[in-house]
Amino acid sequence: MRTSIRRSHRLMALTAVAALATGLLAGCANDSDDGTSDNSGGDGGGGKGRITLTIGTFGVFGYKQAGLYDEYMRLHKDINIKENVTTRTDVYWPKVLTRLQAGSGTDDVQAIEVGNITEAVQTQADKFVDLGKEVDKSQWLDWKNAQATAKDGKLIGLGTDIGPMAICYRKDLFKKAGLETDRTKLAAQWKGDWAKYVDLGKQYMKKAPDGTKFVDSASSVYNAALGGADTRYYDKDGNVVWDKSAGVKKAWDAAMTVATSDMSAKLKQFDKPWDQGFANGTFASVACPAWMLGQIEEKAGDSGKGNWDVAAAPTAANWGGSFLGVPTAGKHQKEAIEFVKWLTAPEQQAKVFAKQASFPSTPSAYASLKPASDTTAYFSNAPITQIFADSAKTIPVQYFGVKDQPINSALTDVGILQVEQRGKSPEQGWDAAKNEIKDVLGQ
Amino acid sequence: MSSSKQALARAASSAEAAPGSTPGAARGARGRGAPADADSWRSRLYRWDMKASPYAFVAPFFLLFGAFSLVPLLYTAWYSLHNVQLSALDHQTWAGLDNYRNLLSSDFFWNALKNTFSIGVISTVPQLLAALALAHLLNYKLRGSTVWRVVMLTPYATSVAAATLVFTLLYSWDGGMVNWFLDFFGVGPVNWRESDWGSQFAVSSIVIWRWTGYNALIYLAAMQAIPADLYESAAIDGANRWQQFRHVTIPQLRPTILFTVVVSTIGATQLFGEPLLFGGVSGSKGGSEHQYQTLGLYMYDQGWIIGNLGKASAIAWSMFLILLIIAAVNLLLTRRLRKSQ
Repeated sequence: MRTSIRRSHRLMALTAVAALATGLLAGCANDSDDGTSDNSGGDGGGGKGRITLTIGTFGVFGYKQAGLYDEYMRLHKDINIKENVTTRTDVYWPKVLTRLQAGSGTDDVQAIEVGNITEAVQTQADKFVDLGKEVDKSQWLDWKNAQATAKDGKLIGLGTDIGPMAICYRKDLFKKAGLETDRTKLAAQWKGDWAKYVDLGKQYMKKAPDGTKFVDSASSVYNAALGGADTRYYDKDGNVVWDKSAGVKKAWDAAMTVATSDMSAKLKQFDKPWDQGFANGTFASVACPAWMLGQIEEKAGDSGKGNWDVAAAPTAANWGGSFLGVPTAGKHQKEAIEFVKWLTAPEQQAKVFAKQASFPSTPSAYASLKPASDTTAYFSNAPITQIFADSAKTIPVQYFGVKDQPINSALTDVGILQVEQRGKSPEQGWDAAKNEIKDVLGQ
Repeated sequence: MSSSKQALARAASSAEAAPGSTPGAARGARGRGAPADADSWRSRLYRWDMKASPYAFVAPFFLLFGAFSLVPLLYTAWYSLHNVQLSALDHQTWAGLDNYRNLLSSDFFWNALKNTFSIGVISTVPQLLAALALAHLLNYKLRGSTVWRVVMLTPYATSVAAATLVFTLLYSWDGGMVNWFLDFFGVGPVNWRESDWGSQFAVSSIVIWRWTGYNALIYLAAMQAIPADLYESAAIDGANRWQQFRHVTIPQLRPTILFTVVVSTIGATQLFGEPLLFGGVSGSKGGSEHQYQTLGLYMYDQGWIIGNLGKASAIAWSMFLILLIIAAVNLLLTRRLRKSQ
């Protein structure tokens, strides 16, 4: 009797410890908002004889939301799909790099962001299956293919979405500030130069409604303007030319006008306060790649409905977009290739667009593109498809480099931010970015 | 319990069966069949158990330590002497001490070291003082003392991410609660993330909030071990509460205080999660002028964002050396403390 009591005590203590340990572990697992989470598509049944294809993505690709995984599993009874999502690219990509090189642990399909595609092409091409032989390459925009093509012609990833540029603006706030509100007339006002868009901001600030600014941040203007430049940080041959690039200079100057005036809400994009800025309507416009529509709809919520409108951007530009590649280390290459072909086909890209406005990289989809009716209504019935398709067709071919992302981060998160939020002069900001980039390049 | 002991016994006996493997083997063979055999077998087993079991019990730790701490530690040292890029892990080229030389001449490194130090001071000092005060209060007879103790430990149990997220919103430049509160006193909005001291203070406040209760509990435990008669005699000598605290409690707590100082210092040297998440997007920069980039963040930025793993490894080893220095200072202090007693 006595021993049994003691034993049950011990058992209880053990259970308590175990519970505590699992609790703590679970706490660790939830510890970071950039951790990974498994999104098992479908019923998660994983029946007998089925193979499980894994797809590694970051952010929100929208495949699950658009029901594409379920649809594919319905079409292929022997395949089960599991998506491993990492919220942030800067956490996702290093992980993929190490796994690719270790030759194990990769997913069957691996998403690659445009900022990383050059690094993938130049350093990891041998770790990916050549998809060029599997598809009709002419389906994609030429520059999209070019970005994922290695020197020897190997295509390591198929294009998913692109980020053609527009400007999203709050009609109601523009009206109160005495600006034009018609989307075509506005587009005509700033056509050809981001500096004109920024000039309009000065006008806005003269009669700005209380507590509002013209634009969310100087960095967003920079990124948008740079997205339309012929040269970014690298030239065609892969040399770093960031400090000589006319495109960078022009984008920087436009951003400096924003940063040194009072027209910026001084928010950092993709930060919580930025989300709140949408919800509280603290800025009247934002550079708007197609994927931004979903962001606005979600973050601004009902309060913004019908108040937001979309106008063509000053220059055709691209911001963001991704690719899907099949690592050679994957267990089910054949199935993975079929899956990627299907996911990136024009019909499927159109479905993702209908769900969350990620814009297709396959022009043949443009004719039949239909945004969700909610989205159209939210953005004042603007001809979204036409605006983005027009932009997409004239985007210049841009060359990215291995360290494109850290260089961009040095200019936006160090250089521009110092001017915008720490009151440095544009020259000081430029020098700070320069030092940072030297460090990045190991010079 | 019992099954693992049996397994041990089995292992021990099979080891004995190996020829000449133990000095006791010959003796065992001589006494075969004799009634003494059982005794000697048992006693040998017992001796074996006494000798081997402790090692067997601690072995899992050392195996794990070797696999997940020692090997990576040495491998990092190897990396730090090479030029290693994240995108070309297999193409390492010998760099000698270049990475370290590079660090010593880098403003970013010294800046990170300075930040680590200053954030360390403004988070550790108030934290330990507050913990001491709280522990002192909790040491009085209070109603519902357990509740208070649990409450104190809740911040410690909160995840860094959750806590930092809330603090980020509180310190939000535009519409954050802290600036709203300051406004009542006529203080203009502070840009908590982009100002020098503001950002360091904000990051420190998260650390303070999370760790004060934990340290308070450690102090409380030590306080409760102080014999009551010390206080009694102090009271008889006419010492008031404050004097009792100063002349009885603090001296008795000295080893504990030293312990918490060391642990907090190590924690401060490795500070990473709070500033990273406080920075939000590209938080590894620690602000646009790296005003709150700690050594941990600098290492992460170099290794995983920029992709220069060789240099990141050199930073890791520099941090390790700094910790060794701290440990040495601690040792010296402890020795002097012991001598003075």
